[in-house]
Amino acid sequence: MNVYYLQLLILIGINIIMASSLNLVIGYTGQLSLGHAAFMSLGAYTSALATLRLGLPFGAALLIGAVVAALFGIVIGLPTLQLKGDYLAIATLGFGEIVRIVFLNLDITGGAVGLRGIPKETDFLWVICLVLITGFALNRIIHSRVGRALLAIREDETAAESMGINSTYYKTLCFGVGAFFAGIGGGLFAHWFRYIHPNTFGFLNSIEYLCMVVLGGLGNMWGAVIGAGLLTIIPELLRQIADLRLLIYGIVLIIMMRVRPQGILGQSQGKSTHTLSRYYKQILGKIKNR
Amino acid sequence: MLRVENLSTGYNSIRVLKQISLTVSEGEIVTLIGSNGVGKTTTLRTISGLLRPTEGSIHFCNKDISHVPPHKIVELGISHVPEGRNIFPRLSVRENLEIGAYTRKDRLEIKKDFKKVMEIFPQLAKRQKQTAGTLSGGEQQMLAIGRALMSRPRLLLLDEPSMGLAPLVVLGIFEIIKEVNRQGTTILLVEQNAQIALRTAHRGYVMETGRIILDDSAEALLQNDQVRKAYLGE
Repeated sequence: MNVYYLQLLILIGINIIMASSLNLVIGYTGQLSLGHAAFMSLGAYTSALATLRLGLPFGAALLIGAVVAALFGIVIGLPTLQLKGDYLAIATLGFGEIVRIVFLNLDITGGAVGLRGIPKETDFLWVICLVLITGFALNRIIHSRVGRALLAIREDETAAESMGINSTYYKTLCFGVGAFFAGIGGGLFAHWFRYIHPNTFGFLNSIEYLCMVVLGGLGNMWGAVIGAGLLTIIPELLRQIADLRLLIYGIVLIIMMRVRPQGILGQSQGKSTHTLSRYYKQILGKIKNR
Repeated sequence: MLRVENLSTGYNSIRVLKQISLTVSEGEIVTLIGSNGVGKTTTLRTISGLLRPTEGSIHFCNKDISHVPPHKIVELGISHVPEGRNIFPRLSVRENLEIGAYTRKDRLEIKKDFKKVMEIFPQLAKRQKQTAGTLSGGEQQMLAIGRALMSRPRLLLLDEPSMGLAPLVVLGIFEIIKEVNRQGTTILLVEQNAQIALRTAHRGYVMETGRIILDDSAEALLQNDQVRKAYLGE
């Protein structure tokens, strides 16, 4: 396979892992987190150090990275998830910046030089397997008792609590799971590009993942996949005008808000099923109304 | 069954409840009436653990529950139907009911209760797969009550079940409340519609600015001059 396309596919795979894990937190549980890239960086640095310094096998390093990210997710989640809406967004944003700045100043992470010479372990097989595992695991969670609780919290936290759902527990759990898979994404990323720098996982990256989830459709598994795919491919197609990338993101988001606020496959208010045919009908209806 | 003693609660520094006391015995329908903003909803929210009392105690079946978190209170057998219904709008009717049984693990019994709720609310049975947000107001209220019943509560807290509903629908809802009570669930009912509340309940409490000012049987309150003037519009 052409190296360029291989790299694109691998990036899409990593982004699918990132977007679908973020979708669990934002789309299914309704907690607006803007620090997803920080969990990715925790996974990336931990796993990279595990293979570089400790000489651990790749699989074990990935797992350690994911566990460390998950632990941070839980530790950060416990206090911040008491906050709602915008406040939670700001707190997670702050957490993301803290992680970035700490990595920028630690010796073990190479500071501002970044971490170089990470062994190239990630290949297509690893990525595709982990995408499938992530999808399978998240799908199982969403369709379980836990998933019900998460949905209930998203819909109405007070009502969920009065149904006997311990919202702090479930919100923290979902944050931990989201961080775990973000950690895996980070590990794959580090062992593909072989070089990581704190700024690779900045605030704008968190926003990118948010865009993928919103574009694809909040609370839809395939939505996150489509969002990740589109927002990985489109910037590649627009490589000549790479500087305009974020501008295009902005425009895409504004158009989405205007035309289809729930995302490409997202669930609209008051409808339990969402099919492409219904979307098609909506468009037809709009044209007729004109 | 439920004993509230000298209960005070507030939001930040504002005291809403000032030392209220009330009791509910097994099998009763007890109503708490009063006009806007006197603390009826706050009382229910404190009992179900959503608010912390600053003073006083709440005993349920001889157990102090004044500092038990809400999800544990549901497990003890108190289920709260919040004001404005608070159903989960984007989930289906069935999913809403399933979440109601969240604290329970006895699948067979849950299925039985599901059937029972469907019998009490035939209108919901027809709409199991429909998204709850698309139900009418009356149906949403039924769903909220049905969802609360799914936890098989011993005490059901109902907050303004008549709110925003057509008079005819209100009558239907209150018939259902009586039926639920006949099947063995104790009910504490908060209502602004004093007329229908007192006709449904066995006993009643009248609240005014954070205090309970009257407490009597429902019939006696219906005859009470003060109540007739202030709440029954006579």
